[in-house]
Amino acid sequence: MTPLDMLQAVVVGVLVVTGTFFLLVGTIGLLRLPNVYNRLHATSKATTLGAASLFLAGFAYFGPRGAGLTSLVGIVFLFLTAPTGAHMISRSAQKIGVPFVEGVSWPASEDIDEKGEID
Amino acid sequence: MASELPAVLTTLLDAALIIASAVTLLAAYRVIQGPTVPDRVVALDTIGTNVVAIAVLFALTTDTGLFVTVGLVLAIIGFISTITVARFVTEGDIIQ
Repeated sequence: MTPLDMLQAVVVGVLVVTGTFFLLVGTIGLLRLPNVYNRLHATSKATTLGAASLFLAGFAYFGPRGAGLTSLVGIVFLFLTAPTGAHMISRSAQKIGVPFVEGVSWPASEDIDEKGEID
Repeated sequence: MASELPAVLTTLLDAALIIASAVTLLAAYRVIQGPTVPDRVVALDTIGTNVVAIAVLFALTTDTGLFVTVGLVLAIIGFISTITVARFVTEGDIIQ
C-alpha cells in the first residue's frame, strides 16, 4: 500500500465519519424538537450536510471520472434542492395554520424597517 | 479506484451503514406519529436523504460506482415528491 492509498483511505474515513455524525444529529433533531419548523431546521441542514459529506467521500474514493463525477453532481443537486424543498414545506405548513411555538410570532409589517430588517 | 481497503476503513463503512439504517428506521417514528401533515412530509424527506446516504455508503463498501447514480436518482425523486406533496397540501391539486 502506497502512502497515497493510505491518504485516500484516511480522507474517505474522515468524510464518512462526518457524514454519519450529521445524519445522526439531523434525525435526533427530527425526533426531539417540538415543532414542524424546528424539525425542518434540524433535518434540512444537518441531513443535507451529512449526505453531501458522504458524496464527497464517494468522490475521494472513486476518483475524478465516472462515479466520482456523479458524486460531485449529487452534491450540487442536494445543495440546490434541499433548501427549496424545506422552504416549500414550511410555507405550506404556515399556510394551513400549523402554530408556532409559544412566544414566537410572525413579524408584523410595522416591525420591519425600510431596509427589510426586523427590529 | 482504491485497490485494497484497509481493514479499519471496512469496519468503519460497515458501522456507518448500520448507523444510517438505524437512523432511517427511527425517522419512521415521526412519519407514523405526526402530529401534522407537514411533520410527516419532513420525516419522509429525511428518510429519502438517508436512503441516498445509504446508497452512497453501499457503493463505497461494495466498490460499485453504479450505486452513486442510484443515490442521485433517489435524491431527484425525493425532491419531486416533496414539492408535490407541499403543493398538494396547500392548493388541493398539483396541476391546474
